[in-house]
Amino acid sequence: MSIEIKNVSYLYSPGTAYEMRALENINLTIPENQFIGMIGHTGSGKSTLIQLCNGLLKPTAGKVLYNGEDIWSEGFSRKNLRSQVGLAFQYPEYQLFETDVLKDVCFGPKNQGMNEREARAQAEKALEQAGVPKELFAKSPFELSGGQKKRVAIAGVLAMNPRFLILDEPAAGLDPRGRQEIFSQIAALRQARGITIVLVSHSMEDIAQYAQRIVVLNGGRIAFDGAPRQVFSHTKELEKMGLAAPEITYVMQELKKRGLPVDEGAITVEEAKDSILKALGRAMP
Amino acid sequence: MGIIRASKLAHAYSRYDENGQEREVIRAIDGVDLDVEEGQFVAILGHNGSGKSTLAKHINALLLPTKGALWVDGADTAKEEELWKIRQKAGMVFQNPDNQIIGTSVEEDVGFGPENMGIPTQDIWKRVEDSLRATGMTAYRDHSPNKLSGGQKQRVAIAGVMAMRPRCIVLDEPTAMLDPDGRRETLKAVMELNRQENVTVILITHYMEEAVDADRIFVMDHGRLAMQGAPREIFARAEELQKCGLDVPQATMLAHELRKAGVAIPKGILHREELVDAICQLR
Repeated sequence: MSIEIKNVSYLYSPGTAYEMRALENINLTIPENQFIGMIGHTGSGKSTLIQLCNGLLKPTAGKVLYNGEDIWSEGFSRKNLRSQVGLAFQYPEYQLFETDVLKDVCFGPKNQGMNEREARAQAEKALEQAGVPKELFAKSPFELSGGQKKRVAIAGVLAMNPRFLILDEPAAGLDPRGRQEIFSQIAALRQARGITIVLVSHSMEDIAQYAQRIVVLNGGRIAFDGAPRQVFSHTKELEKMGLAAPEITYVMQELKKRGLPVDEGAITVEEAKDSILKALGRAMP
Repeated sequence: MGIIRASKLAHAYSRYDENGQEREVIRAIDGVDLDVEEGQFVAILGHNGSGKSTLAKHINALLLPTKGALWVDGADTAKEEELWKIRQKAGMVFQNPDNQIIGTSVEEDVGFGPENMGIPTQDIWKRVEDSLRATGMTAYRDHSPNKLSGGQKQRVAIAGVMAMRPRCIVLDEPTAMLDPDGRRETLKAVMELNRQENVTVILITHYMEEAVDADRIFVMDHGRLAMQGAPREIFARAEELQKCGLDVPQATMLAHELRKAGVAIPKGILHREELVDAICQLR
């Protein structure tokens, strides 16, 4: 299974005075079972791109293929597509509306035509995998903390059993522990379900920690698409795009410049620690 | 006495069930004593639900204490006759830039506050001018605010507060919704207000990196003030911070990890330059 974006361009309000080009000739393949980080400054086209992936927006030019099938061809079920490609928007807690947590998460599977019992089973599994404890199932979503709400919203998408889960800044506004918990939960989810995660984030540090592949958008085009180490080595270019490398990468680049033989491609604290210990001639602990 | 002072400040509210029976009492702030000197740059850190925002809302009397008291420049926020004076002295900037901009052009938005205060027109223009300059937004004065980037919108919001000439500005996670560039420009504007205009700044944030240049850090935990001190002292206590659901900046974390592995790195590293210097000295 895969999502393929082929030569896609997108214009908002085409033919009017407000016409705005959001995406320009995008080519991107999203395969199964991958953790992809997507970065780009505000207005770079990230939100437009993710909405094209599950058919919420229709490309002005080019094609979006799901398993090789054009999602805008006649007879293609976009309703079905949307349960395969789950989307959790920024501030997913605003997507909650039911009277209790379990009911909220059941909404998706029920909509897919499952009966009460099946929907419940799906919802419970999704809540568990999203890290929501059982005690909260009967509570009103509005009584939960920010982090708990976000998890419930993610569970709501998961319960539809998607093959692709696209998350737009799922941890915005969370404290450091909440962020870490959400991200490790998402990483665990990918393992447990073998699904693909596309994570849109402004935190280079979080992306460096979790993503296997990074897609960088700039001015509606794909500027970089590759392994995190490779993408973050383009520090200067990223800065020009209003982005940055992880803080740790700057430390390593500076150490290298000062003549210490460290790995300047390190992007996490652990990698940096090991490399510095080695360069200083200390045994690895 | 400092510009903001709290004594045994507490804020509790009740939750009710469907029958209107009180089910539980939540103590969002639970006995906080604090004293902020005029001109300081203060960062408040704390996990979600630790009471940071509740505390912030007390500073310009959006919320009133249920116990204890809070004074802004000597004025007790619980006294209704002081309300407008307090709100002019302590301005607020919130997380979502789209929720706090009302004007159809940048200068109109910035002028809204002083206009409401009944400032003479000539003076309003001067204040708008000064505030735009201080936040680096002069070039955008005729622009429509909704066409600006997130960072620019936050700078407009800050300029709008500045135009009311407050002595103190409280920013509640002003960068949470911004990209790295927007974050940088917003912080720079805040920093300059503090350093050049001597405005007291209270910055609430989840980004530890934004707190390293503060004069003082307050850490909230479950409605109480768990730690307070200079950034170097606070961030040297990595384990305690993690217990409060927080973290330390990445450079500090790396220094901490290296020290644990037996490398002689001094405590209290905050900036990447300091870490690089410390490591290079070991060779």
